[in-house]
Amino acid sequence: MSTAAVAQMPDQNASTEDNIVEVRNITKYYGEDIHALDSINLGFPTGQMTTLLGPSGCGKTTLLKIIAGLLETTEGEVLIHGKPVFGPGPERAFVFQDFALLPWATVIENVGFGLELTNKGTKPEREEKAKHYINEVGLGGFEYKYPHELSGGMRQRVGLARALAVNAEVLLMDEPFSAVDEQTRRKFQEDLLYLLANEKKSVIFVTHSIEEAVYVSDQIVLLSPRPGRIHSIIRPEISRDSTPDEIRRDKRYLDTVEEIWTNLRKYLD
Amino acid sequence: MSAVAPSVDKISGPTKKSEKILGMTDTLFYRIVSVFALFAIWEIAGRIPISVAFPTFSSTMGALWDMILDGRMFNAYAETLKPLAVGVSISAVFGVAIGVGMGLNRLMQWFWEPIFVVLQASPVAALIPLITYAYGIGLTAKTVAVIMLAAPIIVLNSYKAVRNANPSLIQMCQSFQGTRFQVIWQVIIPSAAPVIFAGLRLGVAAGFIGVILAELLITPTGVGDLISYHRSVAEYQYMYAAVFTVILFSAIMVGLLEVAEVKYFRPEKKKGH
Repeated sequence: MSTAAVAQMPDQNASTEDNIVEVRNITKYYGEDIHALDSINLGFPTGQMTTLLGPSGCGKTTLLKIIAGLLETTEGEVLIHGKPVFGPGPERAFVFQDFALLPWATVIENVGFGLELTNKGTKPEREEKAKHYINEVGLGGFEYKYPHELSGGMRQRVGLARALAVNAEVLLMDEPFSAVDEQTRRKFQEDLLYLLANEKKSVIFVTHSIEEAVYVSDQIVLLSPRPGRIHSIIRPEISRDSTPDEIRRDKRYLDTVEEIWTNLRKYLD
Repeated sequence: MSAVAPSVDKISGPTKKSEKILGMTDTLFYRIVSVFALFAIWEIAGRIPISVAFPTFSSTMGALWDMILDGRMFNAYAETLKPLAVGVSISAVFGVAIGVGMGLNRLMQWFWEPIFVVLQASPVAALIPLITYAYGIGLTAKTVAVIMLAAPIIVLNSYKAVRNANPSLIQMCQSFQGTRFQVIWQVIIPSAAPVIFAGLRLGVAAGFIGVILAELLITPTGVGDLISYHRSVAEYQYMYAAVFTVILFSAIMVGLLEVAEVKYFRPEKKKGH
């Protein structure tokens, strides 16, 4: 238990200077009686990867979409750099669980889509930028393929490149690897960490995989279901300098996974 | 530049290799075989004959050739195409506009949906005599008949197409700060295009039925006249030749629409899939 710092008081890391995103007192009802989130107070530290983890129905995707400005809150507010925001903004970019690629557009058009919508730069500039990020995610040579010609893992790389291309400070990732197979998923996790080390992004990551959360996160927010509340906040504090295989055998890694599992299993019937 | 090596991903998807038969793609080959088989069955059925009112394929083609040579076919189509073209154009332009509007706006949906559902469910053939009371027996009446058959299909398909546009793509566009206008034009419309075009194809085919019905039931002109006249004088090969041209013409129009759709809205389908 001593391997990871556990903050049982949910409020304690909210409203500090170093949080790029803060949510205050977020409550969400769907309709009259579905209580998805209950008074969530959270801070997301700048330049770190925070994971929202919890069993299905705990509102983790709802919270992420509220932060993205895609869903409205019933109560509470979202702050970016300390200022409340309403709706989507240029400082946040979303990576979708089902990739959300335009099937009629090529890889390069899909990656440049965010830039095209906000009309950033000229067309050649946008294509240049799109090409850069296509290379970054390892898809060089696939610029003029259509999504249906790519595998699931490659499609999500396109989704990631599109989010990186708009140069947002915050990446919001909604179970980005849940639709790809296990081997691709591991490779993708490793690549993601590698990429983010160079990109200096703050990431909010939703997953239901405990191993994935512990592997990629600086901070894990454990949510309890119906209504979604913060159960605890865990900082795995695993050294990122080791190789992926070393991390997966690391005692801290394994203990943290075990600890989260102990916390979560009581919500499973 | 490549910071990350590509993973073990492999290209998947519907990359069925099409085989070549007699120097053409297999799809084309089987389509031709299918058409010839139909003609052969027609010929055999006509020779048995299954009915005195059922001519053989060869005599029908002979009759068709006669009518093309003496200009009757040309004159008939000049007459028939007027209400058809006007009716189908009106149905296509307003039908898609109204259908898309219904998909985007609840008020539009409440206003138009009952009208078009009733129209689609009603036996239009039985209502055509009513049209003559309102619009007489001229071009207007026939155009109205075409619209009554074509418009409901086009409207309801466009409406469903827009309503079923992938919500995840819409959210994606919003999350990258797309305006409502961009969401509609860059996501909803292209995403709805296949079903809208399916509706247009069905609508054009229904428009053909509408114009022939009008020519049979209102005033015998054009192709409808060719059909009803040759039936009344028992020259069945001429009657079937006229029917045959309607089917052919309708199929060509539908095919052209498909080409236009792929060309302008679905470039990803072009690559031989």
